[in-house]
Amino acid sequence: MRSTRTIDISTGLFVLLGFAAILFMVTQITNRGYSLKSDSYRLTASFENIGGLKTGAPVSMAGVTIGRVEDIQYDMKLYKAIVTMRISDKYRAIPNDSDASIYTAGLLGGQYIGLTPGGSDVPYKDGEQVIMANDAIVLESLISKYLFNSAATKPGASTPAPAPAAQE
Amino acid sequence: MNNQSGPAAASAPAVQSPSIAVLRDVHFDVDSGKTVFSGLDIEIRRGAITAIMGPSGTGKTTLLKLITGQVCADHGQVVVDGLDVARLNRKQMYAMRRRMGMLFQNGALLTDLDVFENVAFPLREHTRLPERLIRTIVLTKLHAVGLRGAAELFPQQLSGGMGRRVALARAIVMDPEILIYDEPFAGLDPISMGVVLRLIRSLNSALGITSIVVTHDVREISQIADSSFILAEGKVVASGTTAELRDHPSPIVHQFVDGLADGPVPFHYPAPEYHAQLLGGKVFA
Amino acid sequence: MITILREFVQSFLTFLERVGLLVRFALRLAVILPSGLLRPRPIIEQVYNTGAMSLVIIMTCGLFIGMVLGLQGYDLLTRFGSEEYLGTATAISLLRELGPVVTALLFAGRAGTALAAELGLMRATDQIAAMEIMAVDPMRRVVLPRFLGGVIAMPLLVSIFIVVALFGAQLVGVEFFGVDSGSYWSQMRSAVELSDIREGLVKGLVFGVACSLIAVYEGYNAMPTAEGVGRATTRTVVISAVVTLILDYILTASML
Repeated sequence: MRSTRTIDISTGLFVLLGFAAILFMVTQITNRGYSLKSDSYRLTASFENIGGLKTGAPVSMAGVTIGRVEDIQYDMKLYKAIVTMRISDKYRAIPNDSDASIYTAGLLGGQYIGLTPGGSDVPYKDGEQVIMANDAIVLESLISKYLFNSAATKPGASTPAPAPAAQE
Repeated sequence: MNNQSGPAAASAPAVQSPSIAVLRDVHFDVDSGKTVFSGLDIEIRRGAITAIMGPSGTGKTTLLKLITGQVCADHGQVVVDGLDVARLNRKQMYAMRRRMGMLFQNGALLTDLDVFENVAFPLREHTRLPERLIRTIVLTKLHAVGLRGAAELFPQQLSGGMGRRVALARAIVMDPEILIYDEPFAGLDPISMGVVLRLIRSLNSALGITSIVVTHDVREISQIADSSFILAEGKVVASGTTAELRDHPSPIVHQFVDGLADGPVPFHYPAPEYHAQLLGGKVFA
Repeated sequence: MITILREFVQSFLTFLERVGLLVRFALRLAVILPSGLLRPRPIIEQVYNTGAMSLVIIMTCGLFIGMVLGLQGYDLLTRFGSEEYLGTATAISLLRELGPVVTALLFAGRAGTALAAELGLMRATDQIAAMEIMAVDPMRRVVLPRFLGGVIAMPLLVSIFIVVALFGAQLVGVEFFGVDSGSYWSQMRSAVELSDIREGLVKGLVFGVACSLIAVYEGYNAMPTAEGVGRATTRTVVISAVVTLILDYILTASML
């Protein structure tokens, strides 16, 4: 039988440790705690198809992460996906004719938005929409395009393309 | 021993009947189908020491469970202090049990509490007495069983006899009206036995507590019992004072009181004929 | 043939009876729950007994599970040239599955058996009967705090297990194999959703309820003999493990 004091202290320590672990999980391994809200600005872009893009995906320029995807909505009037990005204030001076594309990291990796700088002297302002948005490259449509094209040119000799595993 | 204004200030019923517990025509079977009681009649007088005796396996402990409401009779009635035990709900049952104390065969002390806290346990659970008063009451009760000095020990550190005395202190801490002893002498050395015997008698005479003692130690209990019941085969086979039992005509009472190996309770467990089984070579018929 | 059928029906009825008894037991606990919460002292003691006392084994196992995940994950991911996803793979598998399930199994083995043995011994040494006679409800005084202690401790243990395992995987992946530390954590961050954490914690809570309930039920209803106590602890581990895995499937299916 241990004294109540020892029990109280150990229990307190244990509970504290548990909550610290929960806090660590919530802030350190999700994109929640990684907040850019205080010193950042917003850009939007509309895509025909965003593929597998998710909120929290990185926004990068030349491979450097400069922000994250904050929100993805579907616009019922334009029939397009509206993606809202949070860009860090450090990268204020992005030319306002830069375009956004959705890329895939590696063959099967997650998707991210890459910004390619334009030549304008005027930077994007907070809340502005990116002029040019290139859609995600969807593997299946690429394959089928290739298949149908080759089938149209050489009937009867369709090459069975080695279909890579579908995403997810 | 002082009958101080304890927490369980007993609210005696207006009309005190002379018997505090009555069992009428009780039948009881255990789950496996074995019959324990078939028509048991027992009446326990208020303020007396009543001994319940009988060979092992005659359901003495079951009888205690019936009186304390831990099990219910299949048939018949168990009335304790005017209340039909079978008809009580949980709350009433607990109210009834607060007026009882029970000494278990092995003490049944709570192993995670020390001696002091074990005795204080019912007080802490049922009352909101200030710590100073609890201390006074517990030390008084421990003093009564002669173990005031052992207050800080844990149950594992106590000998069998000491554990039983602590359990007794715990059983009387709420100043019960009925004290039930389950085999209080089993496994004790002669000195501890003498101590327990003295305690049962002094508690009964000083506090007027009704005592029910279940035992098979005939010699010890006959020194203090006011009346005795002998159980066998699911019934009471004999009842009366110690002297009356000694001269009882029934052979089974004679066998039990004098401790004979063979008699109506046979030495041999029922078996097929001895020679036939030895020669036949088949063990199980 | 008839006998086999009859035996089957018989054992099925016994099974149903046991389930019914367990449900009744759980309902009784639920009824006295509010009054039990009024007395935090015994609950704190049980959080200590089940939680703090399991900490060492949980952290040790967490570290090694994490290191194994680091090894296996690295080996698998390098085949696709995507070892920077090691963090993501470890985090997701730990949060959703391994964390709650392995913790529950360890919990059943460490705290569950201790609870069952303790209650079984209390039953065998008449301590529970003594409480009944002293007009103290053992369900309220003994069973409920132990149950609640387990329920409170479990999600905390799961969280600690997961975090320790993440560092274990980082140790192997980053320190031994040279996966970039930045990409280990940042890929994890970009892939892990808050709902993954919620799934882990919900599973931890549900497993905590199930394992604690089974442990206190088996202990409380143990046969009052040495053999009965032994059997209660064995049953606790076996039933807890099976129920945990079944519940895991149900929860996973309902949360995907």
